[in-house]
Amino acid sequence: MTTDQIFVTLLLALPLSGFALTALVGRRLHTRAWMIAVPVLIATWAIAMYLVYQTLFLHAFGDEGLHFTLYKWVPAGNFSIDFNFAVDALTAVVLIVVTSIGMLVHVYSIGYMAHDPGRWRFFAYLNLFMFSMLLLVLADNFMLLFAAWELVGLSSYLLIGFWYNRKSAALAAKKAFIVNRVGDFGFALGIAAVWTTVGTLNFTTTEAGPGVFQLLPQALESGAIAPWMMTGIALLLFMGAMGKSAQFPLHVWLPDAMEGPTPVSALIHAATMVNAGVYFVARANPIFAQTPDAMSLVAAVGIFTAILAASIALTQRDIKRVLAYSTLSQLGYMFAGLGVGAFAAAIFHLMTHGFFKGLLFLGSGSVIHAVHEEQDMNKMGGLWRKIPITHWTMLIGSIAIAGIPPLAGFFSKDEILASAYKNGFQTVWTIGVIVAVMTGLYMFRLMGKTFYGESHVDPHIEPKIHESPRSMTVPLILLAIPSVLLGLVIGWPPESGLLHQWLAPVFEHATETLELHEAPFVFAGIDATLLFIGAAAAALGVSFGIWFFGLFGFTQRQVTVERLTDTFRPLYTASFHKWWFDELNDLIFVRFGGFVARALWWFDVRVVDGTVNGIAALTQSTGRGIRQIQTGHVQNYALGIAAGLLVIAITYIFVVAR
Amino acid sequence: MSHSLDAYLILSALLFGVGTFGFLARRNAIAMLMSIELMLNGVNLAAVAFGAFTPELQAHAALIALIVMAVAAAEATVGLAIVIAIYRNRRTPLVDEYSSMRE
Repeated sequence: MTTDQIFVTLLLALPLSGFALTALVGRRLHTRAWMIAVPVLIATWAIAMYLVYQTLFLHAFGDEGLHFTLYKWVPAGNFSIDFNFAVDALTAVVLIVVTSIGMLVHVYSIGYMAHDPGRWRFFAYLNLFMFSMLLLVLADNFMLLFAAWELVGLSSYLLIGFWYNRKSAALAAKKAFIVNRVGDFGFALGIAAVWTTVGTLNFTTTEAGPGVFQLLPQALESGAIAPWMMTGIALLLFMGAMGKSAQFPLHVWLPDAMEGPTPVSALIHAATMVNAGVYFVARANPIFAQTPDAMSLVAAVGIFTAILAASIALTQRDIKRVLAYSTLSQLGYMFAGLGVGAFAAAIFHLMTHGFFKGLLFLGSGSVIHAVHEEQDMNKMGGLWRKIPITHWTMLIGSIAIAGIPPLAGFFSKDEILASAYKNGFQTVWTIGVIVAVMTGLYMFRLMGKTFYGESHVDPHIEPKIHESPRSMTVPLILLAIPSVLLGLVIGWPPESGLLHQWLAPVFEHATETLELHEAPFVFAGIDATLLFIGAAAAALGVSFGIWFFGLFGFTQRQVTVERLTDTFRPLYTASFHKWWFDELNDLIFVRFGGFVARALWWFDVRVVDGTVNGIAALTQSTGRGIRQIQTGHVQNYALGIAAGLLVIAITYIFVVAR
Repeated sequence: MSHSLDAYLILSALLFGVGTFGFLARRNAIAMLMSIELMLNGVNLAAVAFGAFTPELQAHAALIALIVMAVAAAEATVGLAIVIAIYRNRRTPLVDEYSSMRE
């Protein structure tokens, strides 16, 4: 093994051993339960940064990236599933997000979970999650990826239901798990389809043999599989991505997942795990690029989720739920980006969103902490003087997500929208711009209700409000830095920035297949217009938000908001009730599905079991009847023999011999 | 000696019939064994009669008769042994008292 291979292995081994150790001895460490998990994660982060540096800056592994097999997991004749890993530019970029935010969330959790008796469990699960997530991004075959896919699902389940004695948390955990199973069902079928088509599950072509990403396009070209089969495979795989990344209609689990502790919401349900679907579609770009139909569907699902979630985020009262719907909406943007063929832009948004949404969630955790576990924004207000660090960092996060230049969100979001327009998806672009306005509005509604205007905090709690400990504020500050600078550093100039240079080899073939030979970005003409419209939309949304809900000196226009609400009462109600998707699911699956299940249960008990039991009863009673001829008297049997003999003899004489 | 096969066969059938009746009707185990001997002898008589009237079958008939006699001797030995064993156990030779094999 080379040094780099050892480092990759360590990247997985460290969090896994951290999980095992914390699970075994964490309880004895009491308040110091973090003492294993957090240092382990810092080491993991350092190793990841080294690998990122090697991959992206030194270009040590070439365009192809580092590929190696740790050991053969399931060798079966010609077919083999291995623990094989890949570190290429895409992996490295996602590694930056996963390990950096993971590390900061671990540090933040020291303060956030300080008073919770279950903290050792919490840190064990967090390390388990980090292991799973790293396995997911390093995996170089479908089976390993699927295993990691389920492992992150498991960690997510465990952490959503962390406060399992709270019924809503236990239910939310179950909901997340079950909804994800729906997506994974399609995902597993997709993997099976891939295997039956090309007979291997390895992603890339290595010395061990050709990979799926080479074989599938070849099979399509040679006519071995029909285009509709390719589309089918892509859509089945996309189903998995829809479940994990909570896209319509499988989006219902993510808002409820906010029942988990806030660091979990920040790490798993905003910055990393929910990006797994985006990452996977980007990773599988050679498959998706072959089927324009599937790509269009990805774009449609993405942009629809974006506007749906944004419309719900406008009226929610729970601070974390607003952020959850905002996450859905931004994930929708990413899928829209993938669908229009702007893979690099989608990954760019994944990165920037990871940082500013992680920041916003951790900030919301700090707010919730300050007002003593109150999440209703109607019971906040005027907090900005009392928790200044939280306020300033969250303000930065809000501006970043709204897409005001030159903060990070502007560059990534604008790139997705511009690509949509230039690749011929004008509808996606139009809806995207509307969503950009809504983003600004709902984020500054959140800021206004939480930090500005007069205080609605419970008077008993009011004097006790204090800024969070340093272990919580330092991660906020550290996350605010990339939220401001990341776009400028790796995203400027658009479409040819540092990130695009890194990712170019990964998406090269897909871009060629899709024939997206667009003109390079110039700061004039169509590019400048689109850039300007994007910025204007964001500014418009933010202005609305400030106008309605205040900012520092501006007062909230409670009356205007109420009048607007009254004017659009039906829309408001629909948005407030999340467009009744939970009720719809309840009707279709719980009530109607339950009715069907009960009918089938009746059929099973009465008809199927009845038939089987009837046959058994018949056999038993027949046996009981026939048993009576066993008298035990030898002469009765002899009589039977004689009678039989007589019958045979008579038959012979009168029938056969005649 | 009569020169009709039918006479032998009728006698043989009578012997077999008497034996069968005895086996089914007598309650004493020893008498039942004796009835079996009668049935065997009836069959044996038929076999030898066929042999005497059909030259090609003569050798076979003699062989069959000898084997049947040997088997009858063996059967009688084992049968008597069993009956004595049962008698020691149950203190009765009457078979309708033996009903422990009942359902």
